[in-house]
Amino acid sequence: MFQIRIHGRGGQGVVTAAEILAVAAFIDGKYAQAFPSFGSERMGAPVMSFCRIDDKFIRLREPVMDPDALIIQDPTLLHQVDLFSGVRPSGYILINSSRSLEDLGIAELISRFPNARLRTVPASEIALENTGRSLPNAALIGGLAALTGILGSSAVTEAIRKKFPGKVGEANAAAAEATYQAVASGRAWVSKETRHAGTY
Amino acid sequence: MPEPIEGSQAVAAAVARCRPEVISCYPITPQTHIVENLSSRVRKGEIGNCQFINAESEFGALSILIGASAAGARSYTATSSQGLLFMAEAIYNAAGLGLPIVMTIGNRAIGAPINIWNDHSDSMSMRDAGWIQIFAETNQEAVDLHIQAFRLAEELSGPVMVCMDGFILTHAYEPVEIPAQDQVDAFLPPYDPVQVLDPADPVTIGAMVGPEAFSEVRYLAHHKQLRALERIPELGGEFRERFGRAPVGLTEAYRTEDADTIVVALGSVNGTIREAVDELREGGIKVGSLKIGLYRPFPTAQVRAVLHPAKRAIVVEKDLALGKGGIVSGDVKMALRGLPTIVQTVIAGLGGRSITKASLLRMIGEARAGKLDEPHFLDLNWTVIHQELERQRRQRRSGPMAEHVLRAVNAVSSKIT
Amino acid sequence: MDDRQRIKFYQTGTFTVGNRLLGEEDRTVQSRMERTNSLNSGHRACQGCGEALGARYAVDAAMRAAQNRLIAVNATGCLEVFSTPYPESSWRIPWLHSLFGNAPAVAAGVAAALRAKGRTDVKVIAQGGDGGTVDIGFGCLSGMFERNDDVLYICYDNEAYMNTGVQRSGSTPPSARTMTTPAVGEHPGNLSGTGKDVPRIAMAHGLAYVATASVADLRDLEAKVTKAMGISGSRYIHIHVPCPLGWAHDPALTIRVARLAVESGLFPLFEAEGGKITGRTMIRRKVPVERYLELQGRFKHLFGERPDRAALAAIQSIADAHIAEYGLVDKGTSRGDSSGT
Repeated sequence: MFQIRIHGRGGQGVVTAAEILAVAAFIDGKYAQAFPSFGSERMGAPVMSFCRIDDKFIRLREPVMDPDALIIQDPTLLHQVDLFSGVRPSGYILINSSRSLEDLGIAELISRFPNARLRTVPASEIALENTGRSLPNAALIGGLAALTGILGSSAVTEAIRKKFPGKVGEANAAAAEATYQAVASGRAWVSKETRHAGTY
Repeated sequence: MPEPIEGSQAVAAAVARCRPEVISCYPITPQTHIVENLSSRVRKGEIGNCQFINAESEFGALSILIGASAAGARSYTATSSQGLLFMAEAIYNAAGLGLPIVMTIGNRAIGAPINIWNDHSDSMSMRDAGWIQIFAETNQEAVDLHIQAFRLAEELSGPVMVCMDGFILTHAYEPVEIPAQDQVDAFLPPYDPVQVLDPADPVTIGAMVGPEAFSEVRYLAHHKQLRALERIPELGGEFRERFGRAPVGLTEAYRTEDADTIVVALGSVNGTIREAVDELREGGIKVGSLKIGLYRPFPTAQVRAVLHPAKRAIVVEKDLALGKGGIVSGDVKMALRGLPTIVQTVIAGLGGRSITKASLLRMIGEARAGKLDEPHFLDLNWTVIHQELERQRRQRRSGPMAEHVLRAVNAVSSKIT
Repeated sequence: MDDRQRIKFYQTGTFTVGNRLLGEEDRTVQSRMERTNSLNSGHRACQGCGEALGARYAVDAAMRAAQNRLIAVNATGCLEVFSTPYPESSWRIPWLHSLFGNAPAVAAGVAAALRAKGRTDVKVIAQGGDGGTVDIGFGCLSGMFERNDDVLYICYDNEAYMNTGVQRSGSTPPSARTMTTPAVGEHPGNLSGTGKDVPRIAMAHGLAYVATASVADLRDLEAKVTKAMGISGSRYIHIHVPCPLGWAHDPALTIRVARLAVESGLFPLFEAEGGKITGRTMIRRKVPVERYLELQGRFKHLFGERPDRAALAAIQSIADAHIAEYGLVDKGTSRGDSSGT
C-alpha cells in the first residue's frame, strides 16, 4: 500500500488533489481511497487530505499517519503545522515553492529525513502560466507522479480531464504535464517569459 | 463497473435509481452533498415525476414526507446529528403511523459541545423510535443498502434509517458500482401502499388511541420490526441474485470460528478492525471480528451464535450513554445472557477522533491480558481530564468546560510567531 | 298601488332573509341536500363549539369547490381530538393527523405527492387551531407560505390552547383570562402589547389569497373558502370561532358572540391578494366592545363594581384602530347603537 498525505489551505483544492490521485490510480488499474480531514468550510485554514493506493481493496479507515509521500501545497504552513509528522524514512516530499530549502528556512528540518527523496517545484507558477490561476493542486499531482513513479503521467492527465471538464481540464493537464517534466528532468523550471527572453 | 466517486454522490445516484417521488431536504453537515446532488438531478429531469422541496427545518423536512408518504408517494430525505434531534417528534410519528420513509443519516456527533465530526450518537438517540436502522461499512454497502431499504420499508410499511459514517464514508472517494436503472427497477417495484389518502376511498389516519388499545398497537409495531429479522436475509438473497453482490446482512463474522476474543462494531471502523485482526492472527493470536449491520431490530440470535464460543467480546462503539457507559455493549450483553462470555465496552471515536489500527492492537492486547478498565475510553487524554477536574475543584466559577479543555489540548491556535 | 305593503329588510346587503328566496346558485352549501357533511355528526365537541361549526362550513365548501376530491391534514388540537375518538371518526373525507406543529409541512408533502403522481385534480387543505398555527406551527407555516405550496391553510382561532385546558396562545387577546394569564395581580388577564396578527403576516409573504372569516357570517365564510379553492399556491383563511368553555359564554350564544366580535371591529373581516387588501365586510351597526366582552366570563374581571376602564378603553382603541385601518364603517351611514343585536 502506498500512502500520500497532502497539506494546504482551504480554497487551494487540497481535497480535489486527493481525488485526482484516486482517479489516476483507478485508471492505472489500482484500488484507491481518498478522503479529507475536515473542518468547517473556511478559506485559508490548514487542511489535509489523504490518499491510499493499493492493488487490492483497502479496508483501513484512519488518517494517513505514516505517509510514503507528502505534498505540501502551501509552504507558509511549514512553520505552523508539523507537516512532516510520521513521514517514512525514505519517503517522498514534494514542496510547492520556487525558493530553495535554505530560503524556506527548513534545511535543518529536512536534515531529520536524510533518506527522503525531496523536491521543490514552483507548481503555482506553472499553474499560473498554463491555466491563468495559481491553483497548484493538479500540477502537483503531475510532480508527484514523476517523483514517486507510483502513477503514470498519462493516468494523471486523464484523471485531470475527468475531474475538470473542457478547457479547464486541458489547461490543468498541461500544468500537470509540465510539472511532471520539471520534476522528472531534475532541472529547474523556467517560466515562458524567461525562456523567451533568452536569459538562460 | 465500479467508478471512483464520493460516498455522498454514490448514495444520491442510488437513491435517484430508486425513483423517489418526493424528496425533502434541509442542509446539515455532513449529509448535504447527498441532497444537493439529488436537487440537481431533479432539476435536470433525471428523476421523472419527482418533487424536490426545500424545507424550513428538519422537522419540516420529515413532516413533508409524512404527508407525502401518506398520500402514496415514495419519500426520501437525509440528515445528521442536531437535525435528527430536531425532527425527533416526527421520527416517532412516522414510525407510529407506519410510513415507509427512507432516510440517510450521515452519522455525526450531537452537541453540546457542537461537533461536526463522526460518531454514532445521533442514530443511537433514535434507536427505540421504531425505525429500522442499518449501518453501512463501505460506500458500496451504502449504495446497496438504500436500494434494499426502499423495498424493505414498503413491504413492512415502516420507515428505515440508513446510517453511514459522516466524513469517513460520506466524503471518502472510492470505487463504487452504481447499479443500472433496469436492475433497480426489477428489484424495486412501484410503491403499493398499505394505507393511503385517496378521495375515492377515504380513511382517517392518525387517531388518538387510549389505554384500552395503545399497548396492542405498540406490540404490533414491535412485531413488525421483528419481522425485518426474517425479511432482510430473504431480500438479501434476492439482491445477491440480481446484483451479484453480497447484500448487507444482519451481521458479518470474520475469522471468529476459533477466536478467543471477538471485536464487535458498527459501521466503517470494521475495516480497520479487520486489518488489526489479520495482523494479530499472523502473530498467532486467535482474534476475530463481528460486524453488526442491522442494529434495529437487534439481531440477538445471530450475535449470540457468533459470540458465545468466545471467551471475550470487545464492543467498540462510537457512542456514550452518559452516566452509564456503553449502549451497544448493553445490547450485546443482553444477547449473551446466561453465558460466561465477558463483554468489554470500549468507547472510541467520539466526535470524530480517529480509531487507529495501532490503538486497536494495543487495546486488544490489554483486554486479553485482563488489564482493561470497564468501560474503557480508547485514547482518552487522562492528563487533560485530571487537569480540568482539578481546575473545577479549585474555583466555583470555573467557566465553560469545553473551552478550557480545548486550551489544555493546545487546540487554540492563537499563537503568532 | 301606493299602499302596497312594504317589507323592511333590516339586514340589507346580506342574504340572511332566508335561502329559499334566493336563486339556486346563491344558496349556501350548508343549505344543500348534497352537502358532504364532511365533519359528520357524532363527534365529541362541546355544546356550542364554534370550531366544529366553522370546520363543517369550511370543509363542506371546500369539498364542493373541489368536486369532492379533497384531502385534509389536521394539526393536533380540539378539532382533531373531538373528531377522531378512537375507534370512531367523524370525517367522511381522507384525513391525516400527524403532529401539533407540522400540519403546514405535512400538507405541503401531500400536495407534492399528488403533483408527482399527476393528480392535480385532488386538492389539499390543512387545518389547525390558533396554537398549532400561530405558535408551534409557525415555522412550518412560514415555510409553506414562502415556498407557495399548493395548500389552503385554515386556522380556527378560538384564541387559546383550548384542548389542553385553556392556556394562553399568541392569539389570545389583551385582558383575556386563561389558565396561564389568570385574572389576578396588577395586570389581570393576558398582557397587552403581545400577540401576532397572522393574517397580516400571511399577507407579508405575498400570498395569492388571505382572508379572515367568522362563523357569524356563513355565506361570507363559504364564499371566501370557495374563492380560495379556485386559486393555486398557498392560501390562508383565519376563522374566528368562539369557545363557550374557554371564553365562558352561554353555549347558545356562540353565533351572537362571533357577530359582536365583528360588529365591534375587534375581528375585522377582510380579504387580501398579493399582500394588498382587496375587500372588507363593512360593519352594519357598530357596537362598543363592552357588548361583546360582557357576554364572556374570560373578561368578567373588567366589569363589576369597579370596572377596569383603562383596560376597556385599550380594547376599544384596538377595535377603533381596526375600523380605521380597514375602513369598516361607512362614515355617512353608520349608526352607533348601544342596544346590541
